[in-house]
Amino acid sequence: MESRRDVFQAIADPTRRAILTLLAVQALTPGAIADNFKSSRQTISKHIQILTECELLKPEQTGREIYYHINAKKMNEVADFIEPFRRLWDERFNQLEAVMKKYKTKQ
Amino acid sequence: MEQKTKIHAEDGKQELAITREFDLPLELLFKAYVEPDIVEQWMGTKVLKLESKKHGSYQFETTDPRGNKHRFNGAIHEFAPNRKITRTFEMENTPFGVQLEVYEFEKVTDDTSRLKMHVIYESVAQRDQLLKLPFAQGINMAHDRLQQAASELK
Repeated sequence: MESRRDVFQAIADPTRRAILTLLAVQALTPGAIADNFKSSRQTISKHIQILTECELLKPEQTGREIYYHINAKKMNEVADFIEPFRRLWDERFNQLEAVMKKYKTKQ
Repeated sequence: MEQKTKIHAEDGKQELAITREFDLPLELLFKAYVEPDIVEQWMGTKVLKLESKKHGSYQFETTDPRGNKHRFNGAIHEFAPNRKITRTFEMENTPFGVQLEVYEFEKVTDDTSRLKMHVIYESVAQRDQLLKLPFAQGINMAHDRLQQAASELK
């Protein structure tokens, strides 16, 4: 069965997120991407395919090799990228609130 | 449910805004940024120095789970009690540069308040890098766990 190609579903997978992080630094060939993982090349190739279908990656032919690039525009549309940052601040502020509530009752 | 903490980061800009409403009176919210022992409690950091006044400076130190120490410092440019703090922020020994932070404190009701943080980075690239940092750390943590699980299988 063909699964839905949803961007959020695509980045929910840790391997696919790791691929995106790798490619954020530089464009790589599928072989070079797979070298970073213990999974088989076929498995990594499937992940690359899903990311490409979601337009998070763009393939570019350079000579005989295909290099995968991050599609920055699409990535920026993915608000989920900012979510861990937001959660970090949310937790920090929750802590502030908890500390000050305790402080208030001590007074 | 509406999110309490909101981040507004426009594409291609070197700034961002963070807003949060607190279930605290304005004075208590402001105090959380001024009293060193209180800052230590909620930030989970050691306050080495905190001079809450115009032209004052601060330095904090945190220890990560691996035992590494990280220091942060900055200078306070404006200090208006219960209203506003403008300061710089820098993570020592990192390539992230210096950021300018403008904190605005507002009373909403007698028991609630709002904080607006406006953060300006040296470049768009630096802002984006910092935004992605918790995301990247999440991935590293997932990798560490995978590696640990894999080594236990051996």
